Amino acid sequence: MNALYARRRFWNFFHFGMAMLVTVIGLVVLLWITWTTLRFGFSALNLQLFRMDTPAPGNPGGLRNAFVGSLLLVGLAVLAGTPLGILAGTFLAEFSQGRRIGGVVRFFNDILLSAPSIVIGLFAYSVVVYPMGHYSGWAGAVALAIIFVPVVLRTTDEMLRLVPGSLREAALALGAPYWTMILRVTYRAAGAGILTGILLALARISGETAPLIFTVLNNQFWSTDLGKPIASLPVAIYQFAMSPYADLQALAWAGALVTVIFILLLSLAARYVLYRSQRS
Amino acid sequence: MLASSSGSPRPSVGDIFFRSLAGFAALFVLLVLFGVAVALLWRSLPAFQHFGWSFLWTGTWDPVRDLFGGWIPIAGTLISSAIALLIAVPLAYGVALFVTSLAPAWLGRPVGSAIELLAAIPSIIYGMWGLFVFAPLFAKAEPWISAHIGTLPYLGVLFRGPPMGIGMLTAGLILAIMVLPFIASIMRDVFAVVPPMLKESAYALGATPWEVQRHVVLAYTRSAVLGGIFLGLGRALGETMAVTFVIGNAHQLSSSLLKPGNSIAALLANEFAEASSPLYQSSLLALGFILFVMTLVILILARLLLWRLETAQGKAGL
Repeated sequence: MNALYARRRFWNFFHFGMAMLVTVIGLVVLLWITWTTLRFGFSALNLQLFRMDTPAPGNPGGLRNAFVGSLLLVGLAVLAGTPLGILAGTFLAEFSQGRRIGGVVRFFNDILLSAPSIVIGLFAYSVVVYPMGHYSGWAGAVALAIIFVPVVLRTTDEMLRLVPGSLREAALALGAPYWTMILRVTYRAAGAGILTGILLALARISGETAPLIFTVLNNQFWSTDLGKPIASLPVAIYQFAMSPYADLQALAWAGALVTVIFILLLSLAARYVLYRSQRS
Repeated sequence: MLASSSGSPRPSVGDIFFRSLAGFAALFVLLVLFGVAVALLWRSLPAFQHFGWSFLWTGTWDPVRDLFGGWIPIAGTLISSAIALLIAVPLAYGVALFVTSLAPAWLGRPVGSAIELLAAIPSIIYGMWGLFVFAPLFAKAEPWISAHIGTLPYLGVLFRGPPMGIGMLTAGLILAIMVLPFIASIMRDVFAVVPPMLKESAYALGATPWEVQRHVVLAYTRSAVLGGIFLGLGRALGETMAVTFVIGNAHQLSSSLLKPGNSIAALLANEFAEASSPLYQSSLLALGFILFVMTLVILILARLLLWRLETAQGKAGL
């Protein structure tokens, strides 16, 4: 074995050894974080969590108002964002061939997709909270919708472009107008992919904290009035985790656990939907 | 996708309606991004007019006397992101390398999926882990760091300080852990598009797997790997929750990385809702605008770099 060969072999083993080591370190740290959430979360989990509202320090309490507030905000964002994202994605995939506008929208959508969520929160503050003069649930829903739309847009665009042209041509050859063809043929062919995008976008906004802090603020009490500050799960977790009281910190971990489980289930569901559609 | 976009010679009313609806939706997205820039600039104008360009490099932050300068949080944002990238990029590269070319498929695919799932965990969880688990442990390690690394010439200045557990270095480390799965999964996707033929040719010439990775895979995907790193940087710059918990929220910029500091996002999360005077609020919005411009530049660069691979792929496919 000559020296050159030995050296090349050494560097090969060295680099792959480092890669393996680094992967193990990365996985251990990431699993450690998950495990911490599970451990602290499960020890604080009980039925009270879903029955009682957020307490003052030292009192028993749960996160009922925060759960409901988050459901309202996220639900509104999904309701507003889904049609908008799907329609815009449809425009890119179906109506913008050979035109510059398609590329421009695609590019800026990618930018918006990765824009810091706290900046989106500032925007929602500037266009909703500031003119209205007070914090409100609407402002939070607007911020979440702005984060939601680009994800749906992008996946819709990508999934529609995967639909074979022959399917479209077959529908058009039968005399279907273009819009009927999109609604009844391409949407159906790309349906699973579009649903995946919606699920992933939902997972993304479910844990978003930064854009809610100064748009919906927080509310310690039960409220479903979107015109006023309401409680939300991420902000409740944030405030309780920052507090010096052990009972509130335990509540924060319970909330964190519920959030993580919800998001992991959504991501798994998204993968399953896509996997099933690709298999058939 | 069809060559021509209209189905029949005379578009029906439904076609025109549907098409304009979709067009409006697409324009709306453009308007939102434009609106973010305009709204933030508009609302931060009072601060820029009052303090001028010196807002960028003044370090005062005095809500009582209404004197504001953005240098400390701007520098803090850049420093914490730099630490994060210094640590996360080599780690992410290793993980992507392991998943794509080192591990057998039965191991590589689950590890890749696990990394992707972990990338979906919200950043507030990383922040809480940092505060409750990592910071107390790190506080125990810090005396050792000060005693050993802190005594080195030149570099040592960065690592001297009280063992508090939270500070700029902790923020950078937590950020690194948070962007790691993100950058790793982009790199994995990028490595996966290298045509197998190229790799096999190199193997046939007698290259070792590392040489194939270094001279074929990395050469083919260089710009996209850089794009992925920039996307990670964009994420690190604007990350709020993972940083707020552990950076210490102190309005100071010290030579030691062990001391608490602040970043733009953490400052906004902490103070915006309580900003009482109009100038105070405007100064915070100005910082938000600066953050937006910084990430915008980074993200545009990232997308341009990633698009180069996509076009190369398109050409290879023809």
